[in-house]
Amino acid sequence: MGRYFKSLRRFWGTALATQLEYQVNVLIELVAVGLSLLGSLFMLSLFFGPGRELGGWSWSEALIVQGFYTVLDGMASTWLRPNLSSIVTHVREGTLDFILLKPIDSQFWLSLRTFSPAGLPEIGLGLMLVAWGGHQAGAPLSPLGIVIVLVMLLVGGLILYSLWFLIAATSIWFVKTWNATEVLRAVLASGRYPVTAYPAPLRMLFTLVIPVAFLTTVPAEVVLGRANAPMLFLGIGLAAGFFAAARSFWWFALRYYTSASS
Amino acid sequence: MRIFGLNRKILRVLLGTEYAHMLEYRAEIALWALSGVLPFIMLSLWNGSDARSALGMDGVALDRYFLSAYLVRQFSVVWMVYDFEDDALTGRLSPYLLQPLHPLWRYVARHLGEQLTRVPFAAAIAAVFFLIQPEAFWLPSIGRFLLAWLATWMAFTIAFLLQSLIAALCFWSERASALERLLFIPFLFLSGLLAPLTAFPPLVRTLAEWTPFPYLIDFPARVLAEQPVNLLAGFAIQLIWILVLLPLVLLLWRAGVRRYSAMGA
Repeated sequence: MGRYFKSLRRFWGTALATQLEYQVNVLIELVAVGLSLLGSLFMLSLFFGPGRELGGWSWSEALIVQGFYTVLDGMASTWLRPNLSSIVTHVREGTLDFILLKPIDSQFWLSLRTFSPAGLPEIGLGLMLVAWGGHQAGAPLSPLGIVIVLVMLLVGGLILYSLWFLIAATSIWFVKTWNATEVLRAVLASGRYPVTAYPAPLRMLFTLVIPVAFLTTVPAEVVLGRANAPMLFLGIGLAAGFFAAARSFWWFALRYYTSASS
Repeated sequence: MRIFGLNRKILRVLLGTEYAHMLEYRAEIALWALSGVLPFIMLSLWNGSDARSALGMDGVALDRYFLSAYLVRQFSVVWMVYDFEDDALTGRLSPYLLQPLHPLWRYVARHLGEQLTRVPFAAAIAAVFFLIQPEAFWLPSIGRFLLAWLATWMAFTIAFLLQSLIAALCFWSERASALERLLFIPFLFLSGLLAPLTAFPPLVRTLAEWTPFPYLIDFPARVLAEQPVNLLAGFAIQLIWILVLLPLVLLLWRAGVRRYSAMGA
């Protein structure tokens, strides 16, 4: 276990050193994050007006959902995208061989090898938005509530990671899976809005098949103190299930890995 | 007659090879077509929302608008900056520059080839849409359809020129695709892909109409959906944007090629 912590520290130390070489990119990223959040808030505001609600959510409550979406999006750009999008390259160029030979779990190496600090401001902005929305909506603030929110964020992150990793793992067969992750991203964009705003069939889809609801709506319900226990346990169960599926699928996929020839 | 090195024979060969090339990547292009579902997600949101009445599109008009927006997007999407950046970084651009054909034509041909490959997938998604919403079914008149086609191609041209402008910056900085992100964000929110422009507050709408973005989705989609729209003004503004951007792209390109020092092995 200690070996893993030590490796992780080295991984991220080198990643940070590399990223600091490209300062202009960080600046562009900052501007992009700001503009993108501004656009999302504008789009959200179109649904509201005097006395208007979106799926039973008021403006400040919907802000919390938007905030959690921003947090997860930031998480995707700091952690998921830099790591998981390189799996394809490793498969295509045959460098996956070297990773499999290392005395460390290959999924661990592939999932945590690097991180990109450019996404961190987005996580910060998202959390601020959650706090602001929660304050405006008069959400009850309790230590237990904060713990549950953190657990649900973890659940959301785990679901997101597992879905992404499942798709990335198919590159063992298909090599090019970049577009499949684009489809996932397009569907995840639905998490910008509370799940109750969608018609019933889509609501089912977003709760059970592609559990977008657990990424943003459920954490927001926890903040507002109106989440029910069964929903929370379903979320934890789904996260554990998706993670187990991603893990076993990776082992299954590796049996078909035949390396690339030069 | 040759226009920047392009004549009819070269055009036929280029289109033929690029189409054959793209046909090899059918599965990928199907996934791209599927990744454009955002307008449908937004449609389902608008349909259930209290703000729907403010859109000025009642009944099936909104369904048709968003389906049209999806289709217009499918046939005007531009990704040349990524291809170009790759070609520039790996040095594949060098032989292209030696040919009498302007390299931009090659990227145009790639896009047209890809658009042709997209037709069946886009049609399949439209068919599924009509199966779910049979009352939204409509067939535009031939005249309208041709006008919408023209508007979509003009939109494609504007988007292509905008991205070429960024791609030409690759000659100065190796990672110009990061700038593409900055162009995509205003496109996403102001083009009408997420909400028809009639939903915007008047001030934002006026501001948006001063940018090229509404003419990339909102205008062609309204033409296709048979919404009331000022055809003459729409096409005129599209043409103006093309006439403004084209010389800029050619100038920047020429200046960039002079600076170009080949990369790669």
